[in-house]
Amino acid sequence: MKDITTVRLTVNGEAVERAVESRVSLADFLRDDLRLTGTHLGCEHGVCGACTVLVDGKSARACLMLAVQADGAAVRTVEGLGTPENLNPLQRAMMEHHGLQCGFCTPGMLMTLTEFIEQRRDSPPPSEAEIREVLSGNICRCTGYQTIVDAVMAVLNPPDGAA
Amino acid sequence: MKPAPFKYHAPRTTGDALRLLADNGDACVLAGGQSLMPMLNFRLLAPAHVIDLNRVPALAGIRVEQNVLHVGAMTRQGDLETSSVVRDAAPLLQAAVRQVGHRQTRNRGTLGGSLCHLDPAAELVTAAMAMDATLIAESAGGGTRRIPIAAWSAGYLTNALRPGEMLTAIEFPLWRGAQGHGFVEFARRKGDFAIIGVATLLAFDAAGTIARAAVAIGGCGPLPQRPAAVEQALIGQRPSAPLFKEAARLAATIEAHSDAHVRADYRRHLARVLTERALAEAANRVHDAGHGASQ
Amino acid sequence: MSDEGKADGGYFGRSILRKEDPALLTGRGRFVDDLQPDRLLHACIVRSPHAHARITRVDTSAAAAVPGVKAVYAFADLPPMLQQKRLPLMSANPLIKQPLTQPVMANDEVRFAGESVAVVIAESRRVAEDAAALVDVTYEALPAVNDVRKGLEANAPTVHAGTASNLVARVPFVVGDTDVAFKGAARVVKASFDTHRGGGFSMETRGCLAVPDLNAGSYTLYLTSQSPHRIKRVLMDMLEFADHEIRVIAPDVGGGFGPKGSFYAEYALITACAMRLGQPLKWIEDRAENFVATQQERDMFWDLEVAIDAGARILGLRGRLIHENGAYVAPLGLILPWIAVTHVQGPYVIPNFSIEMLVAFTNKVPTSPVRGAGRPQAVFVMERLMDHIARATGLDPAEVRRRNFIQPSQMPYNCQLIARDGKPVIYDSGDYPEAQRRALAMARYADFRARQAAARTEGKHLGIGMASFVEGTGLGPYESATVRVATNGKIIVCTGAAPQGQSHKTTLAQICADLLQVSPGVIDVVTGDTGAIAIGVGTFAARSAVNAGSAVHMAGIEVRHKAILLAASMLKVSPEKLDIGAGYVYNVAQPDQRKSLREIAIYAAGSPGYALPGEVTPGLEHTAYFTPERSTYSNGCHVVEAEVDIWTGQVTLTGYWIVDDCGRAINPQVVYGQVLGGTVHGIGNALLERLLFDEHAQPLTTSFADYLLPLATDVPRIEIGHMESPSPLNPLGVKGAGEGGTLPAIAAVIGAIEDALSPFGVTINETPVSPMRIVDLIRAAAPETYA
Repeated sequence: MKDITTVRLTVNGEAVERAVESRVSLADFLRDDLRLTGTHLGCEHGVCGACTVLVDGKSARACLMLAVQADGAAVRTVEGLGTPENLNPLQRAMMEHHGLQCGFCTPGMLMTLTEFIEQRRDSPPPSEAEIREVLSGNICRCTGYQTIVDAVMAVLNPPDGAA
Repeated sequence: MKPAPFKYHAPRTTGDALRLLADNGDACVLAGGQSLMPMLNFRLLAPAHVIDLNRVPALAGIRVEQNVLHVGAMTRQGDLETSSVVRDAAPLLQAAVRQVGHRQTRNRGTLGGSLCHLDPAAELVTAAMAMDATLIAESAGGGTRRIPIAAWSAGYLTNALRPGEMLTAIEFPLWRGAQGHGFVEFARRKGDFAIIGVATLLAFDAAGTIARAAVAIGGCGPLPQRPAAVEQALIGQRPSAPLFKEAARLAATIEAHSDAHVRADYRRHLARVLTERALAEAANRVHDAGHGASQ
Repeated sequence: MSDEGKADGGYFGRSILRKEDPALLTGRGRFVDDLQPDRLLHACIVRSPHAHARITRVDTSAAAAVPGVKAVYAFADLPPMLQQKRLPLMSANPLIKQPLTQPVMANDEVRFAGESVAVVIAESRRVAEDAAALVDVTYEALPAVNDVRKGLEANAPTVHAGTASNLVARVPFVVGDTDVAFKGAARVVKASFDTHRGGGFSMETRGCLAVPDLNAGSYTLYLTSQSPHRIKRVLMDMLEFADHEIRVIAPDVGGGFGPKGSFYAEYALITACAMRLGQPLKWIEDRAENFVATQQERDMFWDLEVAIDAGARILGLRGRLIHENGAYVAPLGLILPWIAVTHVQGPYVIPNFSIEMLVAFTNKVPTSPVRGAGRPQAVFVMERLMDHIARATGLDPAEVRRRNFIQPSQMPYNCQLIARDGKPVIYDSGDYPEAQRRALAMARYADFRARQAAARTEGKHLGIGMASFVEGTGLGPYESATVRVATNGKIIVCTGAAPQGQSHKTTLAQICADLLQVSPGVIDVVTGDTGAIAIGVGTFAARSAVNAGSAVHMAGIEVRHKAILLAASMLKVSPEKLDIGAGYVYNVAQPDQRKSLREIAIYAAGSPGYALPGEVTPGLEHTAYFTPERSTYSNGCHVVEAEVDIWTGQVTLTGYWIVDDCGRAINPQVVYGQVLGGTVHGIGNALLERLLFDEHAQPLTTSFADYLLPLATDVPRIEIGHMESPSPLNPLGVKGAGEGGTLPAIAAVIGAIEDALSPFGVTINETPVSPMRIVDLIRAAAPETYA
């Protein structure tokens, strides 16, 4: 017998109600039930960070949460950031710095960095070491990270007069 | 890597959680999920029931009362990290939690979850060992058992909870007076479980000699160890680099295990090296603490 | 090269934004697992837990009874053609003595832990996994070969029961006469090296989705591949498809790094199952499978000696390489050790050279190229030998290298070896001494020793390492490209190249944009789709800028030429009076006299009853194949500074400087990213990444908690300087850049560690080195250190 629960949550601001088997992860729920396939699965054991989403504003591995645990929560995914025609400042900086290559880890990176940038917005600009520590929970095999670090520095240290 | 089927329960109160635990033999308790969920995904565990504690608000919280720091088992690691109460009362715990995993895992992971999972080198277990923590286990029907951290292990990755028991809170007795803390670990990468982690607490008398010492070494066995010889060598002495070097030498004699990645002799070597560093760190940040009640 | 073919236009050579990014940054990428057709079924593969065992029984009945399960197949249930056929050799070589390739599914014997034994097909992956756990397989364990060297000993158990030995191939590589060289040597330096490489570990695992088109009677296989055209050819052979019955598409691919270039049993299996069931079927490898079923690179063991004269110039190099092959000859055959041997010479003059290459089976997943493909190991052994010569002679390591560099005046330089493609190894261009000079200047090498001495007085152990490399890139035989202006005016570039992050959609558009004088933004680049272009090879071995880039260039020239001829016919003016720009062909003297590319394309498509101008073929399009005469050779130099905590063995890289020369850069920022990423991969290979097996060849590193990939906190800021030695071998002057960063990184990092530990007399002839190993090495060389 499948153990089914009805969950109600908001995803990128939109109310969602679905019946879901309890063993389904939040990541699979987003991908398969909601067809929000921007959240990627790279390891399903909580190491790579590709599935990172924001749950009530805090970054979480969507492979280590059950969909039923998100009942009542506000979930944000990469699809809730800017659009291709209107990238947000972080996405724009990632593009300008070539902060991605294959793009598979990118959605998780963006969500981790979204949390960081939103928390840091009114603080002094972070050091490179701090940014690297924030990124340490997301693995990228393509870029070697440096261009991602540069993108974050550009967002949080805009040249005078910008942003 | 999808979990096997299970029946999911989301109790709202500690009592409901305990009743579910009593009623369902083949159950796992889901706290932050940062260790349990990977094991479910790998199907290393396939319980018939999962009891989720994330909707039991009473299980989370941080407070100091009568010189004891009380932390609810479901308190998030991220909340320990940013808590001013923890910062003032138990900076060792905060130093330890900063080394746990990554931001995303600390946002979900809990103190109780880490203690129950009982990875041999888990930072929070090592800190709890140095602080002589007491673990509060409750069971349905009002049973409560106070388990000293030294008795918390029943084997590798196995805690001392009995069937039907659940860890609900952790108490950390606080030291008074001039004291310092050190937490030094060696992990392959940022956020990895340590190979060896060492937590130290030193208390000083008015003359500046070491009145009390706690040294906990994690990663050498199922539970962090408190090498009595090291602590004894410190007490009554004035802090100095030579003293710490000699005391740390005694740490190299503790028991350790080998696995596919790390040999026992390297663990003992690291125990010595990191003990010396953690003692120096403790001596370098002495502060005076008098703990009243705080919220 | 004619004037009109010059690629010096506005976009070639510019760091423009990537066309790939807007979709990937907004969650709108289309990776295989993102595709969810209706009636989709999901597969889970049952894999052997044993490295070597006989299968005596497979019972699928309990699994088949699970609600939601559609089918369970073991070997006996496969269609006859898949029972009879094994995976093909995509790179066949007559020197392979035992061409034992992998069956689609194990029948009576499994030869590595992870080999597939059965497949479960169900309504969801989770139900398929539930049932897979119920497939009951009875195994009788057989002795397994873990260490390739032990497998070559007499009386060793054999990986394939019933065979006489584990030897796959034994190939000598000889240049000149090393016996004479060694007799005349002033000094001989010897060393044995263990070079371990890990796997590719792209963030996206492998996977495929087979979709039957019941109306057309054809199949489409979407998969995570670096070379869909080659996969299609194999599927046509194995499943007996006609060309039009199977289409293979690599949509967005989440990293490749080599292992996704191979053919795997699952691709034939999943396609065959979808054929039988008549429904779309998806298999996505999970990470646990990825650690046991995706090909890896692993171990090479080297015994080498080098003869030098009194001036530290190399007279000869000789020795032996043993390459661990895994349980089956992989579809790519012998290429890994072959590439390794032919890259040992590197940037140095080695007049006499003799290496015997041995390849042997072990009970592990077969081996595949991983970023660098044998080259990093070759650079490692050569650069370690250079450091050993420096130590033996008391010369500066940079000076030893300088004395042995091939000089620019010697270009083209023939190494007298035959590369794996059967072509001679001839370096086309490069200035190796200058690359080293620049890298050392960036690293402030001249005052490093003073910094090192000052650090030592504070108890800090700083070291510097360097490595120069030459990398064969732009491997043939060819790549294809079609440039087409469709009748709706859209400009499309189709190529057999199949990127996994290399920015082809941007760089190929840049090349085409200059020829047609349009913005790259209006050019759609279609990659990795056998339905878009008939023939192709794929993206691996740092080959696509050279091959696909040149093919696009050739096709673009032809389309431009055709457009002008057609417009001349339409406008009734002489072609010499016309030029192309902004989407039009126009009369230079009278610019309002013009035809849009769309109008020309419609004209070129022809209209019944109206003749086309005689000299052009129909369609405003052209397909070109660039077939390089031989490989191009990139080069560069890495310099690394490292600090070693001698008490824990922890290595911290404190500085990293690179000079990279991959010829002309189509998009310098793309090259920069490729070099950075490759370098960090190499840092991982030097310090972190090790695949462990127990003595029974049982894999022990099967998660990202055990197999450590470099994190952002493991790497320093890397500074890169570029040189451009254009290749004379292609019209663009380009060379490959995808792997160059990885090649020297391992050698340079290990060299820096050894230099930091020079007070202890430590020698490091292996990679990777863990902190525990570093403490062991210090303790062995200087036991009093930890007293």
